[in-house]
Amino acid sequence: MIAERETRVLNNVQAINEALDLALAQDPRVVVFGEDVGRMGGVFRASDGLQQKYGEQRVFDTPLAESGIVGFGIGLAMAGLRPVAEIQFAGFLYPALDQILSHLGRMRHRTRGRFTVPMVIRAPYGGGVKTPEQHADSPEAVLCHVPGVKVVIPASPERAKGLLLSAIEDPDPVFFLEAIKLYRGVKGEVPEGYYTLPLGKARVVREGQAASLFCYGGMVEVCQKAAEVAAREGVGLEVVDLETLVPLDTETIVASVQKTGRAVVVYEAMRTGGFGAEIAARIAEEALDYLQAPIVRVAGWDAPYPPFSAVENYYRPDAKRVLEAVRKVLTH
Amino acid sequence: MDTVQYLDDHGKPLRDIPLSHEELLQGYRALRRARHFDERALVLQRQGRLGVYPPFRGQEAAQVGVALCLKADHDWLLPSYRESAAALTFGMPISKLILSWRADPAGWGAPPDVNMVQFYIPIATQIPQAAGVAHAQRLLGKDAVAAVFIGDGGTSEGDFHEGLNFASVFNAPLLVVVQNNGWAISVPTQKQMKVQRIAQKAQGYGIPGVTVDGNDLVAVWSVAREAVARARQGEGPTLIEALTYRVAPHTSSDDPSRYRTEEETERWLKRDPILRMKNCLLHLGLWSEAQEAELTEALEGEFLAAVEEADQAKEPRPWEIVEQVYLEMQPDQLAAWKYLRGEA
Repeated sequence: MIAERETRVLNNVQAINEALDLALAQDPRVVVFGEDVGRMGGVFRASDGLQQKYGEQRVFDTPLAESGIVGFGIGLAMAGLRPVAEIQFAGFLYPALDQILSHLGRMRHRTRGRFTVPMVIRAPYGGGVKTPEQHADSPEAVLCHVPGVKVVIPASPERAKGLLLSAIEDPDPVFFLEAIKLYRGVKGEVPEGYYTLPLGKARVVREGQAASLFCYGGMVEVCQKAAEVAAREGVGLEVVDLETLVPLDTETIVASVQKTGRAVVVYEAMRTGGFGAEIAARIAEEALDYLQAPIVRVAGWDAPYPPFSAVENYYRPDAKRVLEAVRKVLTH
Repeated sequence: MDTVQYLDDHGKPLRDIPLSHEELLQGYRALRRARHFDERALVLQRQGRLGVYPPFRGQEAAQVGVALCLKADHDWLLPSYRESAAALTFGMPISKLILSWRADPAGWGAPPDVNMVQFYIPIATQIPQAAGVAHAQRLLGKDAVAAVFIGDGGTSEGDFHEGLNFASVFNAPLLVVVQNNGWAISVPTQKQMKVQRIAQKAQGYGIPGVTVDGNDLVAVWSVAREAVARARQGEGPTLIEALTYRVAPHTSSDDPSRYRTEEETERWLKRDPILRMKNCLLHLGLWSEAQEAELTEALEGEFLAAVEEADQAKEPRPWEIVEQVYLEMQPDQLAAWKYLRGEA
């Protein structure tokens, strides 16, 4: 159905803006709020023009307080609204972790379904655009460890729009992390109008036989680049965009490993305890017999994301490091 | 700052009481009902028929006075663990409260016509949420209000500030009730803050703050009633500081003799909110010992019936662990659910 629609070329921010616009238009319960999202339209302009269109009741600025923003949203959601909160950068989520860990994810469980939190928390994450300290963090592993939430990280405008609309419709809290590097760094054909894409499904963005690259968000672009380089050398790499980390589509991951026998997991957060470890563990548990080489992780180093942009490219995985890992799994 | 008071320490009215005789009687019964629950809950705890229980003895008026101003199917209550009295008065069934303090999931959800969120264990986290709940009422075009309770220790948490700030900026119909009961487990209020009155903090948010004698039901009820009326009319939140005292331990596992004197407790026991209210009724000729005996009997009957009802609740089954995590079970929960049911 979506394939038959008219499309327009948009970047990720424009696609997200369009999704918010459609959600506000379709469902009167939807409210969009956060620091700077109203009058200014968000630091990345994701909510540009929405306050003018829907008024200050539905699109509003809040005090600068992340715990307050998340807690306030939990209250709005419990009372029957569909809050979409923006945290200006995912690295600023930390003050809200008490709300997230103690309540956001477990309100349904701790009230036996009497009160639920159908809330979306959008936050830009990740590096590659020379931001100041704390602006480039990738805290997805922390969020994935919270019971009761979903974690979605889109990599293209078409996916971002449909997944965000699904996240807003979802009856449970969803973290929607948006790679800063991709906001204006990727463009694509985006179907017109309202459409949703299922949460919890990974997608194979490039087919290949030699090895599987598992990635999400900002790393999808990096892995695709690596796959292009490898293709010129006659090596066919499969690129799997996980898209939803919780719930994780283990089936698609396992199917890809069964096909290629080799797995490289790529993520830009710190390596230890990162989400890539979870993917590696699932492959080991469910597809060990198909592996022809140990699983290799390509990730950030075990250090804070460097607050000095001159060296950030040494921290953030690039195509070169991905290809080194590919060589390792191919020559094992 | 003045402390709002209507009854003296012996329950004699100090000025005109803004409540009808019917209301005074209703209030006294609610206090007694709360006390009865608290006493009997501790007995159940000692019998091993209740888990760790946080008693509220001495704080009945501070909770009941606020809850009497709220409608359970319209307004909202977000209590901390010390507020069983507020919950009871608001409309939570006794059997549910017993199950809740048995840590039985059957007690975790309020009935559909009672807008009470399960007791909050983390400190002050419910204040930003209460601000959101309250703001939502206005966005939904309702005149409902939310009431949130914490203790004096809770005012030290960042969420106290963020919640009050949000509530004031959005003019949310919210009552933030601080039961200043002297102690945060073993830490006295003087070590919690330097200000004399918690209500003074309201100035920092540009909202009314009032200190009330928390052991004086008439005072708490009047102050809360006024705050609810203001909130319903769109005039925003109020911070209410109820001066009271935790005469009981922090929980059934606590030993307050390690940190406070018996003399202090004795002093407060003489200001018991129930005794004061009873004396007030006797003073006004509204109550008799015969009525007292009749009430005690009725409360005991109600409690025993509730215990029986709670005892009939089915033990939670192992697979309930992964239920109610998401509306629809996701693959990982489903796998665990099947395993716990012995199906995988």
